Amino acid sequence: MLQKGTPAPDFELYCTPDQKIRLSEFEGKKLILAFYPADWSPVCSDQMALYNEMLKYFHKYNAEVLGISVDSRWCHMAFAQDRKLHFPLLADFEPKGAMAKSYGVYDEKEGECQRALFVIDENKNIHWSYLSPIGINPGADGIIEALDDLTNSKKS
Amino acid sequence: MAQKLRPPVSEKDHIQGSVHASVELVEYGDYQCPHCGRAYPIIKRIQKELGDSLKFVFRNFPLSEAHPQAFIAAVAAEAAGRQNAYWEMHDLIFENQESLERLPFVDFAKTLGLDTAKFEEDLADPALAAKVEADFDSGIRSGVNGTPSFFINGVRYDDSWEEKRLLEKLKKSVIKN
Repeated sequence: MLQKGTPAPDFELYCTPDQKIRLSEFEGKKLILAFYPADWSPVCSDQMALYNEMLKYFHKYNAEVLGISVDSRWCHMAFAQDRKLHFPLLADFEPKGAMAKSYGVYDEKEGECQRALFVIDENKNIHWSYLSPIGINPGADGIIEALDDLTNSKKS
Repeated sequence: MAQKLRPPVSEKDHIQGSVHASVELVEYGDYQCPHCGRAYPIIKRIQKELGDSLKFVFRNFPLSEAHPQAFIAAVAAEAAGRQNAYWEMHDLIFENQESLERLPFVDFAKTLGLDTAKFEEDLADPALAAKVEADFDSGIRSGVNGTPSFFINGVRYDDSWEEKRLLEKLKKSVIKN
């Protein structure tokens, strides 16, 4: 798993059926990456629902959140519609798990992303990363602490 | 590592039971969450069982995207609180959880004999919305990841909140103190 201080690897993945998204599009913004095993499974859904409620908080920090799993763009679309998610879900689908592998959070045995969080600063460096036990919703306290830390270190 | 309640319980919280109780149970809840609805009578029975040894605090954690009336329900309880009827409103809301979609809060205020004009004014008061948001914020910082989430004496309780298990854990905490 990539650690603090490492440059965030670039990616280009579908976030809707006909639209791709790249790391470089988030110029001047902080970015939260939430890798998760699968759409529809109970724990992930709660986790994504929580981040969905928190968009307003993330925006206060000039941060955007992206969810990433190996599910296809069509599966993501149905999942996002069903759960009324208002942030992009990236399909790490082909080649399968390529983005997760580049961040060191791919579970080879299950063929899924691990449950992992990254906070990336405005200069596209990883500021914080966390690998959660697969069955546990990691909440958002770690993310907020990392965002606070970034904001404070900038001021001082 | 067990997650800690941040900030700790203070006079800003709604507290039920003795302030000097040896055990403090904090729930982060959402008035429209069915699991919280299921936890409600469990907490009531536990409060009865433990009496003065238990202090119970409810903090709001409304998931508004999933539960469109959860936020206004939380504000309604706060508004009733301004007329010293916070817990009465809290109970009415949970006991009528299935009716929240039709926004019955003013009727509830009437049932409780509150000044409904004042209640409606308070419902629209941004200060009360800010209080609910501050609860949500404290939940995030305390590591709340869904509802209901419980903290016993300031430490996250991750085990089952089924009555027997939760009561056992609280009783043990009473003895320790």
